[in-house]
Amino acid sequence: MSTVLTDRRGRTAPAPGTTPGNAAAPPRRTAWTPTLILLLGAVYCLIPILWVVMAATKSSNELFTTFTFAPGSGLLHNLADLSHYRDGVYWQWMANSALYAGVGALLSAALSGVTGYALAKYRFRGRTALFNILLAGVLMPPITLAVPQYLLMAKAGLADSYWSVLLPSIVSPYGIYLARIYAAAAIPDEVVEAARVDGAREWRLFRSVALPMMVPGLVTVFLFQFVAIWNNFLLPYIMLGDDHKFPVTVGLYSLLQQGANAPALYTLVITGALLSIVPLIALFLGLQRYWRIDLLSGAVKS
Amino acid sequence: MASHQPSPTRRLAPYAFLSPAVALFALFFALPIGYAIYLSFRAVHVKGLGLGAHARTEVWAGLSNYTSALADPELLAGSGRTLLYGALLVPTMLGAALFFALLLDTPRLRLGAFSRLAIFLPYAVPGIVASLLWGFLYLPTVSPGYFLLDKAGIGGPDLLHGNGLFVALANIAVWGGTGFNMIVIYTSLRAIPAELYEAARLDGASELQVALRIKIPMVAPSLVLTFFFSMIATLQVFSEPMTLKPLTNSMSSTWSPLMKVYRDAFVQGDIYSAAATSVVVATATLVLSFGFLKLVNKRSEGGS
Repeated sequence: MSTVLTDRRGRTAPAPGTTPGNAAAPPRRTAWTPTLILLLGAVYCLIPILWVVMAATKSSNELFTTFTFAPGSGLLHNLADLSHYRDGVYWQWMANSALYAGVGALLSAALSGVTGYALAKYRFRGRTALFNILLAGVLMPPITLAVPQYLLMAKAGLADSYWSVLLPSIVSPYGIYLARIYAAAAIPDEVVEAARVDGAREWRLFRSVALPMMVPGLVTVFLFQFVAIWNNFLLPYIMLGDDHKFPVTVGLYSLLQQGANAPALYTLVITGALLSIVPLIALFLGLQRYWRIDLLSGAVKS
Repeated sequence: MASHQPSPTRRLAPYAFLSPAVALFALFFALPIGYAIYLSFRAVHVKGLGLGAHARTEVWAGLSNYTSALADPELLAGSGRTLLYGALLVPTMLGAALFFALLLDTPRLRLGAFSRLAIFLPYAVPGIVASLLWGFLYLPTVSPGYFLLDKAGIGGPDLLHGNGLFVALANIAVWGGTGFNMIVIYTSLRAIPAELYEAARLDGASELQVALRIKIPMVAPSLVLTFFFSMIATLQVFSEPMTLKPLTNSMSSTWSPLMKVYRDAFVQGDIYSAAATSVVVATATLVLSFGFLKLVNKRSEGGS
């Protein structure tokens, strides 16, 4: 099991070959150069996040006058302003994002699981063709799909509804692809055969034998989809007109566009941006153990 | 696989398992694509002043939408801009990702877990929010960078106008994508059996030689994968330029081909030419992607 963000190396670091044949423990000198370069990279990645934390504490007139990394005095005021903006529509956006990403990712993981299992564990006519068609779906530029999707949704009377954002995000070719790799790796054929010999029906076999084995991989699919849907902008931006249904990405964008004419809104945009990344970073740090990115690395073996 | 004749339920089971995905795929992928292709061959014919009930009718337009889409200088210019942006972004991002991954894999490293997490963190930030944060950092009035340069008496570069925009946009994508790609490469580095370099190290090979001769060739497949996904993401650049647009007056609404599709469809209300342009963009994406995969497969069959 290689987890990604916790450092449990499966092997011991080889002794530095300074004195070959020396049986004594190698000296534990720190490799300073790589350490420092990586820390520089970390600082570069953290700067915008630190900036938004600081900027969210500034009042509108501090924003453009005080040094950027100096904290301001307006955090509570900004939070209150944001909560009062159009009767608290910001919190509605956050709730919408949670709904779209939570429900969408859950359905997506379930669908990816059953589809990936069938593609990995059965031999049937049309399997390769089907898989290739699904993969082509990954390559479709989202807007190519979103424009006709919107027109079709409008014809069905579903445009500007929660469904118009939820439904298209359930099928994730990428999630199916990951689930297939995981099913192939995690479910031994012997186990499936043994259950069949015991007379298990195909659905029961999937439910009680295969699915439990696939759970860790499906959690990864869920996380990927959750981040993808939470971060998605284009689809909800095209589908929705009523700002009470906006997810937080589209909501912030609409705030920013108004801010171009009313700089007072900038502090709201910044405070909103900060709050919008808190749940994702929490999800990220809390569920580090479940990010199985090794699925991706082993993916190009033909 | 079982040698006996499978039962009929077992033959039908995979189709039953696949039916929900196939149904949803047909509804939300295949049907919209088909509809876009259909629309791209249609146009609105306006009679007289376009007033009255039957003055606007949809007619068959043949290839006229395609000829006008391909002849539009903006599509070509937008493609050029996207390619330039990609040429700046992809090598920088993957180079940095590979470099960081190799550094993470060096022995006797300190604070590796912290750096790894910090560099990966931007992946959790939506593109819109990332562009928003960087957009403010590019504004000379609020940016600490400009503040420091100003104190030092140096004028900062203008990242929100002219060619600076390419750097501005590429930087946002590098910030967001380096960590994810680093983790993919790092994960495959850790899968290399240690015996492979123990011998080399005993022979007195330096870390650099081990990296160049052993590690990089071993992670070539994951480099191919990350390159492939980065290429596709580059062709689909949309939300970053859309977000920077309110902060600058030199970002056109057709900066990238997909922005042009959006503008044609929703600002100008011409869904027919938008459909034609999006079919062109999608075809180009597919051709490039499959071409790349074919090339890689050829190389790997002939090479190793």
